[in-house]
Amino acid sequence: MNLQIEDKGAAVLMAVQEERLDAHNSGELKNHMLKLFEEGKNNLVVDLQAVRFVDSSGLGALVSGFKNASSRNGNLKLSGLQLQVKSMFELTRLHRVFEIYTDSDEALASFQQ
Amino acid sequence: MITDRIAVDIKVPNQTRYLCLIGHIGENIARTLRNYSGDREKLAYDLNLVLTEAMANAIQHANEGDPDKEVHIEISIISQRLIIRVFDFGEGFDFKQYVRPGHPLDEHGRGIYLMHSIMDEISYQQTESGHVLKMIKDL
Repeated sequence: MNLQIEDKGAAVLMAVQEERLDAHNSGELKNHMLKLFEEGKNNLVVDLQAVRFVDSSGLGALVSGFKNASSRNGNLKLSGLQLQVKSMFELTRLHRVFEIYTDSDEALASFQQ
Repeated sequence: MITDRIAVDIKVPNQTRYLCLIGHIGENIARTLRNYSGDREKLAYDLNLVLTEAMANAIQHANEGDPDKEVHIEISIISQRLIIRVFDFGEGFDFKQYVRPGHPLDEHGRGIYLMHSIMDEISYQQTESGHVLKMIKDL
């Protein structure tokens, strides 16, 4: 899976550089997030700007990351959701669970407040 | 009025690397339909999603993740009615358990709910060699 991971100080920015986040690659995303949590990096911004398609398994991986971050007193926030991807969060009511920002700069800034 | 009459029959190995292929077929069908007055891009996403979900489900729950098994998918459109059948050759799973949305923080169990929300009809039945997940959408 193509991921760009950058430590931005207050949070780690994880940009998913894949067109699809589905049952084929969501396990890998989950593992990358777990690795960061094990390193004590509990504040994450997952940027989905490049992602055109998310299935239930992709949503599940993000929920898993969110729960892990929260249980370590951190947070997992999302940015850059394309319109159709955003609809998936609304349909599953996950837009009430995640803090969702227009772009990664805005999401990162929210960690600095 | 000229109506679409399409029949696609696909067999792919029981592996998640083929999800993208199957999903894209759904998207392309939505973009190619002759008569569709709704939001075509939404239909493209929806067909990509239901095919991806149904196939992932067959791989993970019904064919027990065996990469040597196959998933068989039929897509047909007759008289503005889209019918998708996904055949698996495994033990199957408790379909009814997943029709309703679970807790928002559940990590699994959204696939059937999503297919149920998008399609007009959905059923899961036993066949001679396994099960078939059948979904219908009126276009």
